[in-house]
Amino acid sequence: MLNTANDQPTLISLEDVQKWYGAFHALKSISLSVRKGEKIVLCGPSGSGKSTLIRCINALETIEEGKIVVEGQVLDGSTKSIDAIRREVGMVFQSFNLFPHMTVLQNCTLAPMRVRGTSHTDAERLARKYLERVRILDQAEKYPAQLSGGQQQRVAIARALCMEPKVMLFDEPTSALDPEMVKEVLDTMIGLARDGMTMICVTHEMGFARQVADRVIFMASGEIVEEAEPEVFFKSPKHQRTKTFLGEILAHH
Amino acid sequence: MGPIGENEFFFLMQGLKWTVLLAIVGFIGGGIFGILIALLRTSKTKVARRITAGFIGVFQGTPLLMQLFVVYYGVALLGIEVNAWIAVAIAFTLHASAFLGEIWRGSIEAVPKGQTEAANALGLHYVSRMKDVILPQALKISMPATIGFLVQLIKGTSLAAIVGFIELTRAGQIISNQTYRPLLVFGIVGAIYFIICWPLSHAGSGLEKRMAKAAR
Repeated sequence: MLNTANDQPTLISLEDVQKWYGAFHALKSISLSVRKGEKIVLCGPSGSGKSTLIRCINALETIEEGKIVVEGQVLDGSTKSIDAIRREVGMVFQSFNLFPHMTVLQNCTLAPMRVRGTSHTDAERLARKYLERVRILDQAEKYPAQLSGGQQQRVAIARALCMEPKVMLFDEPTSALDPEMVKEVLDTMIGLARDGMTMICVTHEMGFARQVADRVIFMASGEIVEEAEPEVFFKSPKHQRTKTFLGEILAHH
Repeated sequence: MGPIGENEFFFLMQGLKWTVLLAIVGFIGGGIFGILIALLRTSKTKVARRITAGFIGVFQGTPLLMQLFVVYYGVALLGIEVNAWIAVAIAFTLHASAFLGEIWRGSIEAVPKGQTEAANALGLHYVSRMKDVILPQALKISMPATIGFLVQLIKGTSLAAIVGFIELTRAGQIISNQTYRPLLVFGIVGAIYFIICWPLSHAGSGLEKRMAKAAR
């Protein structure tokens, strides 16, 4: 554990969040609060709602009931609240979602220029700083298609960092990668965690969870089944579903 | 039978000039309104989607010739004095905007959803999301179909002859009536269309092949 963060203020809170896709109850009364600097790993079988949960935080998905607050800003569906929250929340996707028609550098400078009104020079300086941090500055002039998956995901992390978010959401960031590229992305994420970034990561990388998570949350069927510090979570899971899941996941690793 | 000399050829070239101009005006006008229609067709507002769907339906469901008639006589009915050139330009702009709007709607929807999500997550607003992220990719996807439509449009300008507009085909008809050499004259006219349209079609299919390869 890098940071117990017990004395830090709450950055994100979810209260009794409910979401349906038609008749399918995707999130069932989710309550969660994340303190500044906390690193949370969300895991669970596919379809358990973990991706949906983090996508609700930056309003990529709407919720039917409940309350989401990020940095004191209540997410009420208004453009103003969505804008305010998205400015503070960065996201990294499973499939990278880099803009293929832009160079790495342009990918990183677009949002600061358009959203924050940063000048071109400053946006480039910022982009170079974060590209350096994810150790990919030498590829700045290339297009995403010229990079490996691991490199693309590191660019995606840098692109999100360029907005200088207070929280980073990771939606299975290593699931689309070839095995030999997983480590470079995880190392980048570990570096971010060490620097004190607040992170919520949907991942099955249990090594990563052990190394950086303050809390591991296990979800199944749209509910939070169990949450604990990694030591406790891996050594003595309480629920049968958690045990079964861990058995399956750890058998693979 | 009369000879086909310099004068006749010059007359055809005059017609060609109007054909090309009309195609360009229709394409540019249709391009501008077509983008608008494509954006409305993909907007969140149901009314905007319905109205533009209706517009597209009408212009795709009726012959271009009818559209030319309706606009030509319709504009006159409104009591506005316009020459054939303006009326025809309006008709072609409307026609092209319906077709291009539909082509580009499809291309916008073909851009992977993750692109919109990434743009949203970064906090980009609609204008930037469209202008910087979605449309550049959509236009690239649409290139083969867009070029294909341009070829149709160039050939379609021949229908403007019906309202008295002297473009390439009409010019050919006039020369043919003067010289009594219809086969030769329309052979030349056809060759001129071919020289313009074939390289475009060729470029379009070349682009399509290259994109199919890139997507693999």
